[in-house]
Amino acid sequence: MDKPFAITLKPGSSLANHTGSWRTMRPVYVDRLPPCNATCPAGENIQGWLLHAESGDYEKAWRSLVQNNPLPAIMGRACYHPCEGACNRTRLDEAVGINSVERFLGDEAIKHGWKFDAPAKASGKRVLVIGAGPAGLTAAYHLQRLGHQAVIYEAAEHAGGMMRYGIPKYRLPRDIIDAEVQRILDLGVELRLNTKVANLAEAMKEGFDAAFLGVGAHIAKRAYIPAGDADKVLDAVSVLRGMEGESAPLLGRRVVVYGGGNTAIDVARTAKRLGAEESIIVYRRTREKMPAHDFEVEDALKEGVSIKWLSTITEAGLSETGGDIMVEKMALDANGFPQPTGEYERIEADSLVLALGQDTDLSLLDNVPGLVTANGIVQVDASMMTGYPGVFAGGDMAGNDRTVTVAVGHGKKAARAIDAWLRNEQHEPDPKHELATFERLNTWYYSDAPKTVRPVLDIIRRQSTFEEVLGGLDEGNALFEARRCLSCGNCFECDNCYGVCPDNAVIKLGPGQRFQFNYDYCKGCGMCATECPCGAIAVVAEDI
Amino acid sequence: MSLQPIKFYQTGTFTVGNRLLAPEERSVQANMQRTNSLNSGHRACQGCGEALGARYAIDAAMNATNRQLIAANATGCLEVFSTPYPETSWQIPWIHSLFGNTAAVATGMAAALKVKGRSEVRVVAQGGDGGTTDIGFGCLSGMFERNDDVLYICYDNGGYMNTGVQRSSATPPAARTATTMAVGDAPGNVFGQGKFVPAIAMAHEIPYVATATVADLRDLEYKVTKAMGMHGARYIQILVPCPLGWGTPSSDTIRMARLAKETGVFPVFEAENGEVTAVLKIRKRLPVEEYLKPQKRYAHLFGKQPRVDTIASIQALADKNIRKYKLLEEGI
Ligand SMILES: Cc1cc2nc3c(=O)[nH]c(=O)nc-3n(C[C@H](O)[C@H](O)[C@H](O)COP(=O)(O)OP(=O)(O)OC[C@H]3O[C@@H](n4cnc5c(N)ncnc54)[C@H](O)[C@@H]3O)c2cc1C
Ligand SMILES: Cc1ncc(C[n+]2csc(CCOP(=O)(O)OP(=O)(O)O)c2C)c(N)n1
Ligand code: SF4
Ligand code: SF4
Ligand code: SF4
Ligand code: SF4
Ligand SMILES: [Mg+2]
Repeated sequence: MDKPFAITLKPGSSLANHTGSWRTMRPVYVDRLPPCNATCPAGENIQGWLLHAESGDYEKAWRSLVQNNPLPAIMGRACYHPCEGACNRTRLDEAVGINSVERFLGDEAIKHGWKFDAPAKASGKRVLVIGAGPAGLTAAYHLQRLGHQAVIYEAAEHAGGMMRYGIPKYRLPRDIIDAEVQRILDLGVELRLNTKVANLAEAMKEGFDAAFLGVGAHIAKRAYIPAGDADKVLDAVSVLRGMEGESAPLLGRRVVVYGGGNTAIDVARTAKRLGAEESIIVYRRTREKMPAHDFEVEDALKEGVSIKWLSTITEAGLSETGGDIMVEKMALDANGFPQPTGEYERIEADSLVLALGQDTDLSLLDNVPGLVTANGIVQVDASMMTGYPGVFAGGDMAGNDRTVTVAVGHGKKAARAIDAWLRNEQHEPDPKHELATFERLNTWYYSDAPKTVRPVLDIIRRQSTFEEVLGGLDEGNALFEARRCLSCGNCFECDNCYGVCPDNAVIKLGPGQRFQFNYDYCKGCGMCATECPCGAIAVVAEDI
Repeated sequence: MSLQPIKFYQTGTFTVGNRLLAPEERSVQANMQRTNSLNSGHRACQGCGEALGARYAIDAAMNATNRQLIAANATGCLEVFSTPYPETSWQIPWIHSLFGNTAAVATGMAAALKVKGRSEVRVVAQGGDGGTTDIGFGCLSGMFERNDDVLYICYDNGGYMNTGVQRSSATPPAARTATTMAVGDAPGNVFGQGKFVPAIAMAHEIPYVATATVADLRDLEYKVTKAMGMHGARYIQILVPCPLGWGTPSSDTIRMARLAKETGVFPVFEAENGEVTAVLKIRKRLPVEEYLKPQKRYAHLFGKQPRVDTIASIQALADKNIRKYKLLEEGI
């Protein structure tokens, strides 16, 4: 080559200089487990479906959500959203309204009639599912999608379990349950209503390869209370179940509810709506100790329910006509346990409703060899299998953490294990990623944005009607709410790493494709990792 | 300021890109086809703020001029690490001047282009703070005074870094350098000396003067783009932390620039014809310790006996900036 005057070398590019050899530390892209996902009892990939909702693709978001949970519209109303309690955004302003976006997606799906993706090729296996509560419905859904024929036997007249016969409709409208159950049935799941299984071993003989039990806990616990007129002492489960019947239960003008859980709150609020002038909850301990969620207590108090803390009922049915009761004041001892004080008070009442928890009716499991129960709970292993091979169980009957969401999580876990078991394999869950803690984030990059509060039904209307209390988000604020998500631990394509690298050592692969490091030039400065807002880049030592 | 904040998209205006934005609303750096004017393989230290700032600025200038750009470059790290003969990292027409005459070389190029009628081709001059505020200052002032059609970009890392971290007139007070050692009663660089060239540039009443940092990419790109849309003498000083000279981890370069801005140590503003027209407000005000403490060049302030007096003096300078440039929102 002819070179200009006084030039001795050909021009070259610095690309010949592989500065990657300087590196002692190496950046790597990682996915970390967002705390919301880690906390969701149904094992939802919340960050994953929010990512689609953020771009306004609600159908994709919904499809991603139902990979794990087939009941988003129900979830969006009934779930106590522990995910929000764990949300990293709490440390910035307020938690992301995960539950309200979930409900929005569930409602969109119903509105647009979205169906589940078609199941895998049929395996020819049949699985018996007992109980059409959230545990059974979820297990059946996943089994069907995995190619097995799920057949649900349900004792009641309608599907839903405690979601229908427990949770009041002002919190969970019944058309929502109907829509989400129907969508599961449309997958090909068979549902036999009014079919109580009295004997599991017998039922299995009808050509089933495995069984999932999700019979819930429906027998009300009683406490011994001397009562003149036993008719006036009712239990919460029956009262709430009665709400689904032809005529509402007769509770009278003054109703006393005994207990401190969410069920007690639901009964007391229901009594108000049925026209009771007074609805009083009597609870042994203090508000702080109450198992009911604080927001539900708050709602009940706003609706005019009153609560007597530190009180036990010693006698009921005292009056001629009604159910007047005697209450003894309690005081907390040094260990925080309530102790009787000898101070009594008589309360006028027309009825007393006991809300003291439920036990499971385990009679259908008599004579199943190897099956173990402890304190009325069926014991299962990590894959939800009982002591009898091929029989799995979940939901209220299999644990003390009794919520719709836990039941959904059990149903999913069991279905995956059953699928593996039917193939003579062991289900190995994917290894969990490292947690995306708040300290992993660079929150400088997120703009300030408060949580969108769902409209709360006018307080007056809600005292007398069974209309839904909590409103939903509309399209605009659902999008806003989704975009409050910090995408903890998972790349959301903000381009920061691509931009901040002083060495152009980050390759942008294009929309949805994320990024790649060019280790030929990356000097390992670690800037990309420091400036990644969501903590999706780790820095590891090079082997030198 | 006229930089348009992006409405709420999870990260607002703060990140480099945002998959939720329309492509035309994204930064130049987010573009897969960005020029990469300063390409890989350069020999800058790990985490060099100057290398980053130069790519940010020149890519934006390339974008604004339809890639019709020539740069003159003073001696200093930027030239040394990018162009060891015969290799270069520059993907633009680029000429190395002397240490002190870049402004004059750029003036000459602009004049030549004018004579040739090549009005579409634009000229940038760039150099370090030493090349700009000290040795090149005469040429620079001349370029301003004549209102030559050049954008001059000064990469301010607060010292002569390329030759081993000596003091320049842009070295901040109390900072330790090779020539302002941390010894004696008043260790480090002296108070009351040095100069802030953006203010001197404003005194020339040139069309456009601005400051920026590598921590606010959107702001930086906006200013370079705006400057390239104007003619006459323009000046932008970009704060580019230097891990070597400042004694900071290579991963924290952008963080340091952000702290300089959030503490008020480095005011970020723009001015037209000698008057300040907009400032980048402080988002979360922080005390200067937050900025000083991570830097080894200030380590002598945080020994067994912390030099609270010196820290207070630096805080007073930051407070003065905050007052003078109105860096806080009203009422804060
Ligand atoms: C009043 C009340 C309010 C609640 N509110 C909430 C709430 O807001 N959020 C929340 O997360 N959780 C709530 N819960 C708890 C939640 O409803 C339960 O944890 C959940 O429904 C349990 O699901 P499951 O599938 O295990 O059982 P269930 O929902 O109880 O379903 C079991 C099903 O099995 C059927 N069955 C039983 N025995 C047989 C048999 N032998 N043969 C055939 N079928 C049988 C039953 O008829 C029933 O349909 C509430 C519970 C109550 C009582
Ligand atoms: C006339 C002259 N004097 C001294 C030098 C040696 N020299 C080269 S670069 C440099 C310092 C550059 O400092 P600055 O302009 O701030 O750039 P930085 O390296 O800090 O980016 C010096 C003193 C020179 N090249 N020419
Ligand atoms: S910010 Fe988003 S990803 Fe992070 S915990 Fe909250 S919902 Fe989950
Ligand atoms: S910023 Fe660039 S050079 Fe630094 S570690 Fe990341 S990829 Fe490597
Ligand atoms: S910096 Fe942004 S683009 Fe890069 S990995 Fe993190 S989230 Fe993804
Ligand atoms: S000495 Fe400073 S300015 Fe020079 S290459 Fe290193 S980090 Fe960059
Ligand atoms: Mg310098």
